Amino acid sequence: MQHAMIQLQDICRTFVVGDQEVRAMDHVSLTVRQGEYLSIMGPSGSGKSTLLNIMGLLDTPDSGTYLLEGKDVTRLQDKELASIRNRKIGFIFQFFHLIPRLTARQNIELPLLLAGVGKSERQKRSSSLLERFGLATRSHHRPEELSGGQRQRVAIARAVVTRPAVLLADEPTGNLDRESGNEIVELMEELNRDGLTLVVVTHDQNIGTRARRTIEVVDGRISLDKVVP
Amino acid sequence: MLLAMSIGVAAVVLLTGIGNGARGYIVNEFSSLGTNLIIVIPGRAETASGTLSTLAGRTPRDLTLDDAKALTRNSRVTRVAPLNIGEMSAARGRRERQVPVLGSTASFLKIHHLQMSRGTFLPEGDATLARPVCVIGNKISRELFADQSPLGEQIRLAGYRCRVIGVLEGQGRSLGMDTDELVVVPVAFAQMLLNTESLFRILVEVQHSEAIDKVKTFIGDTIRQRHYGEKDVTIITQDSVLATFDTIFQVMTVTVAGIASISLAVAGILIMNVMLMSVSQRTAEIGLCKALGAARGQIMLLIVSEALLLSAFGGCLGLALGLAGARIASWLYPALDATPPFWAIGAALGTALLTGLIFSLMPARRAAGLDPILALSRR
Repeated sequence: MQHAMIQLQDICRTFVVGDQEVRAMDHVSLTVRQGEYLSIMGPSGSGKSTLLNIMGLLDTPDSGTYLLEGKDVTRLQDKELASIRNRKIGFIFQFFHLIPRLTARQNIELPLLLAGVGKSERQKRSSSLLERFGLATRSHHRPEELSGGQRQRVAIARAVVTRPAVLLADEPTGNLDRESGNEIVELMEELNRDGLTLVVVTHDQNIGTRARRTIEVVDGRISLDKVVP
Repeated sequence: MLLAMSIGVAAVVLLTGIGNGARGYIVNEFSSLGTNLIIVIPGRAETASGTLSTLAGRTPRDLTLDDAKALTRNSRVTRVAPLNIGEMSAARGRRERQVPVLGSTASFLKIHHLQMSRGTFLPEGDATLARPVCVIGNKISRELFADQSPLGEQIRLAGYRCRVIGVLEGQGRSLGMDTDELVVVPVAFAQMLLNTESLFRILVEVQHSEAIDKVKTFIGDTIRQRHYGEKDVTIITQDSVLATFDTIFQVMTVTVAGIASISLAVAGILIMNVMLMSVSQRTAEIGLCKALGAARGQIMLLIVSEALLLSAFGGCLGLALGLAGARIASWLYPALDATPPFWAIGAALGTALLTGLIFSLMPARRAAGLDPILALSRR
């Protein structure tokens, strides 16, 4: 049995929309083990993105405890949170969120730049990822010159360039055609086989069911937690 | 925004340049009057002109030629030139015009750094001798003698005949006197022409500037002795006059700084708006950087350094504009050396950068405070 990577205990998160309170997380407890492949499914507005944001330390719960690799990260200062996001967590988004002015390589190196990694080390790491993800010939292209699948591969390279422990993907295939989407999923699964903990939020049943473990979120609660043996 | 910034910087650079040039011009003007000079003026307050002082009556307390002579009795005094000024008609044949007439001695040439174009200046020797000779300015020479040589010719000054012995080199205006339009005669002759025994003022040239204070005391003591125990003269040194001008230019510089600070404040507000706009345009990017692990400080640094870059660019543009303007001003008025001082350039650029810094802090804080989830949820 692998040790726990993410431990959420009794997490609550409430948003105020207009004059209504929306309970996006309602006493959620969840443990994700190191190297696990978890998909989070559920209808729109069910709170699955909130769950991912909390896991990614982009959002802080109103109550409950979050242990990342056994360390309590629930009440940390901005600077520490930023540092953990940088080193431990990789993000992939539906809309890629690449910076249009930067080339593929510069986009990949961005987290290293923020972490203050030296130029030669940055180049070494980005080169090896460009090579591995089949982007070697595209390294000097800007996002607008790349296809959707290529953009998402750049985004994945950016997410893993700091060698994080967890990869969090929010609808990574939502903006791609089926073929590119499959490529992206295979790429993420390959990274997962190498030991990276993978959490994917998706609508797509096909992708959702490929994960070894699937949870379903409805109205801020985990309604289903299914592990494929 | 860049424009406002550059106008601010350009204004400072250009105006201080011109101010500096004007100051240099005036300092230069004074040194053309003669360095290490002390001016002795009769009375506690200055009289408006030579004619007025003569009208005021010949009291025993007026400065006289003997006073001037007494002032030479000090080893630190190199030259003394008594001075009388009046205006009268100068005529030759039927040509006649009003001219300023200056009565002095041979020392005046050296003290005032004048150059002779032709002939000789006033003869050395006894100042009390009213020799009917004169030295005339270039323009007077042309007007009275056309292309002929005036040397040795006679002209009439207020009806008195007098022989031209020299022509002054044209040096343009100097402290309200145009040497081109001047007639210089021996001081005693001028006193006769003006019907006075008093002097308009006495110029005393001192060996070196360190001796000025001692000579001032000497002059005061000498005059007091000769004037029945009353020091009824005003003693002016160039230093004191220059100090007055310095004060004027300081006030001017402060004014310029005020104007510049207004335009820099405008530039600052514009910078703030530009940066706010750029922050809201790049909300997604900033959110992304936060998700990728940028701390608040890093985001702020990013925004502030961008603003600094913008203001540095604007500042340099303004500097170029200002220097070009100063160059043009120097070219239009060659007498004015409108080179802005280094401190002004530094201060202008420094203020531009400071403005950029201060006014980008607010947008930077806003950017740093962005919620990454909201920022990223936008497309």
